[in-house]
Amino acid sequence: MNQCMPFNSNSEPEHLLHRLYALQQQYLFISPESMQQVAAEFNLPVSQISAVVAFYAFFSQQPCGRYHILFSNCTSCGYLKEDQNLLLELCQNLDVTPGKTGLDGLVSIDETSCIGMCDHGAAMLINGIPLVQLDIERIAQIAQLILTETPLADWPIAWFQVSDIVYKAGLLLGENFTIGRCLKSVLANSADALLATIEKSGLCGRGGAGFNTSKKWQICRQASGSTRYVVCNADEGEPGTFKDRLLLTNHAEAMFEGMALCAFVIGAEKGFVYLRGEYRYLLSSLQSKLDQYRQWGFLGNNILGSPAFNFDIEIVVGVGAYICGEESALIESLEGKPGIPRVRPPFPVTHGYLGQPTVVNNVETFIAAATIVSHGSDWFRSVGTAQSSGSKILSISGDCLLPGIYEYPFGICVQQVLDDCKAENVQAIQIGGPAGRLIGKDDFHRRICFEDLSTGGSILIFGQQCDLLTINRNFAHFFAHESCGFCAPCRVGTKLLKSSLHKIADDRGTQQDKMEIKQLSELVKRYSHCGLGHTAAHHILDSLQHFPQAFEKHLTQYTFTPQLDLDKALEDARQITQRDDAAAHLKSL
Amino acid sequence: MTHNTFFIDGEEISFLPGQTIMDAALTAEVYIPHLCHYPGLTPHGNCRLCSVEIGNKSVAACTTPAAAGQHISCNTPALNEARKSITQMLFIEGEHICPSCEKTGNCKLQAMGYYLGMQDEHYPQFYQRRAIDASHASILLDHGRCILCDLCVRASREVDGKNVFAIAGRGTDAHLIVNSSTGKLIDSNIEVSDLAVNICPVGAIMIKKQGYELPIGQRIYDQHTIDEIGLQENTAKIPNQDDH
Repeated sequence: MNQCMPFNSNSEPEHLLHRLYALQQQYLFISPESMQQVAAEFNLPVSQISAVVAFYAFFSQQPCGRYHILFSNCTSCGYLKEDQNLLLELCQNLDVTPGKTGLDGLVSIDETSCIGMCDHGAAMLINGIPLVQLDIERIAQIAQLILTETPLADWPIAWFQVSDIVYKAGLLLGENFTIGRCLKSVLANSADALLATIEKSGLCGRGGAGFNTSKKWQICRQASGSTRYVVCNADEGEPGTFKDRLLLTNHAEAMFEGMALCAFVIGAEKGFVYLRGEYRYLLSSLQSKLDQYRQWGFLGNNILGSPAFNFDIEIVVGVGAYICGEESALIESLEGKPGIPRVRPPFPVTHGYLGQPTVVNNVETFIAAATIVSHGSDWFRSVGTAQSSGSKILSISGDCLLPGIYEYPFGICVQQVLDDCKAENVQAIQIGGPAGRLIGKDDFHRRICFEDLSTGGSILIFGQQCDLLTINRNFAHFFAHESCGFCAPCRVGTKLLKSSLHKIADDRGTQQDKMEIKQLSELVKRYSHCGLGHTAAHHILDSLQHFPQAFEKHLTQYTFTPQLDLDKALEDARQITQRDDAAAHLKSL
Repeated sequence: MTHNTFFIDGEEISFLPGQTIMDAALTAEVYIPHLCHYPGLTPHGNCRLCSVEIGNKSVAACTTPAAAGQHISCNTPALNEARKSITQMLFIEGEHICPSCEKTGNCKLQAMGYYLGMQDEHYPQFYQRRAIDASHASILLDHGRCILCDLCVRASREVDGKNVFAIAGRGTDAHLIVNSSTGKLIDSNIEVSDLAVNICPVGAIMIKKQGYELPIGQRIYDQHTIDEIGLQENTAKIPNQDDH
């Protein structure tokens, strides 16, 4: 048995994802030999290790460059800036092909889904560290530093500066959280009383679905199981969301105390923070805050001297998979598996981590819970609407002068938000990220709350000059890339949607194609296995309904054009023969 | 009995506590189209062909528990149209070369296409490059014909007790992998008699050296429709090695 233990027996066993990440860092890829070694260490089938490596975007099976660059492809922090393609620009500067490591192993350049830097202009992850405010000059400078093989530590520190700009602070962000206050309230009360306080506050999950928090905790508490777990979902992957970046930087203590509160109520001794891989750079500060908490006796055994209160938190870092924001996929990932959403019911609240009752809430929800226990439910209810008490923290980006973080009472109207962030000539906004809704002017009077427009917090603003079909194509690409591949309608459907939108954008689509896209969208929405598929086509259906001209202006007069583009199909032949002259092209229609 | 019945398209069906809609329906000889389900194996819910409607909600019959008094729509034009579209999606995702495939006539995907009145593939082909694993002397694995139904994965684990297969990769990169040091079938402990080999609904896992033993025209779905066979599978025990 000893040779199967990857670590000394007195320390916590290392998480599979962390072990694989360490190998990825060391060798710049994960080889079949490494997979077999890890399989032996963890006493798992090698197929499970291969499945995990193949599933997560930040693991690779081919060597990455010593400088490994992933550009965000989000509409806000993506590499397309005012007709410039920063990714291709850097590739040209360094003479590499996107997705292929240069022969000397120096550099690899690819793209990845939103990295949560939407208020910082175009952004990339270089060896996992965010580099922001990219422009054409910066790209040239980066190319130089890479060519001279300058270590990242010697790059200008300002390039990596991520500042969290809060333009509007409300109930949570405006509050100076006193460290330990929530924990002291917890110990001064019974679990029943605490649950009653949360119930009275009306707190609902801040991820967008809005499930009543006290009800979730209550169900978990009553569920039968030998152990209970608290999981904090810090995997906000919805493009356009970055509020957790702020919360994890400046409000981690409240999050930890909110988790401890939940643990006390449901009777859990173990908690996890599942941190999205894109925010790995926040890990060391979170770890030292956790250590500090343990030293203070705020976490660990006998919290604040109470013999009955043992609770500790482990941070598990994701490796690039949007789907892991779905709670059951997140739990699969915590268990060291590919993040494929489970069949629900049973729900995690009764059958979660290792099959045991598990509460999964997001960062903002735990912080709200901790603050409610410190200040009382009336304080929380003093803002918001009847069904949506409290406040919502929004991540605002796109075509506005003041992108950043805004906290509003629930019930705020969209127009007010747009005025505050100085967004003028707005054509449309995507509320709730690509999985949310695309709305136009006629809906700007609507209110942000569970009873009207519900959102996890992402607001993407698109000005009049913006081509919405390009936005739709970006989102369709996102979902096709992030679909876990489990069910047929989503796996195949999201890819078909992507190629159909592509056809229309190429001015090759017909009315027939438009109808096809609508039918396909309905199919993916209705018959997919999980929330990703259910929401993946919203943006297209919304666009077709509210912005039909975005499609119409591209449609041809023909009743039918084939999906196959003959000229494009000849591309392979042109590359082989190294020809690109006029005679090597077919005349377009 | 009134506590333990529900309705499929108006027909009253009895069920045992813990049964899924699919289990109860098949027991009552009501066919719900399916490709990734096989009685006795843990249901998975990936093909979505068994989508049925409860109220306004669409669920997979194979993974949804039956509940007393439920009214379920199953055999409706809209659902059958959706099932046909999903079948077409499975066709265009892979390389389904029916006229030259040895599985023709015995293939559930093909039979499902006929059952649902599929006239063409409708969607553009993906033409994905997928490898063939011909390493094993007796068993062929053609990834191009795999529909990722996961039946072999579950059969190997749950019936054969071997864990030969898994599915890896994301989105349309998802693919079947073999649990062996080289990733090849030859280095796994698979055997021809395994349920995992015989349960493949399509021509992805095939036994070598026994091509066309039964002429086209006399094969399973040349003689029967998939609903007839699907209902018989319900009464059959999971085949084990004794069946060979």
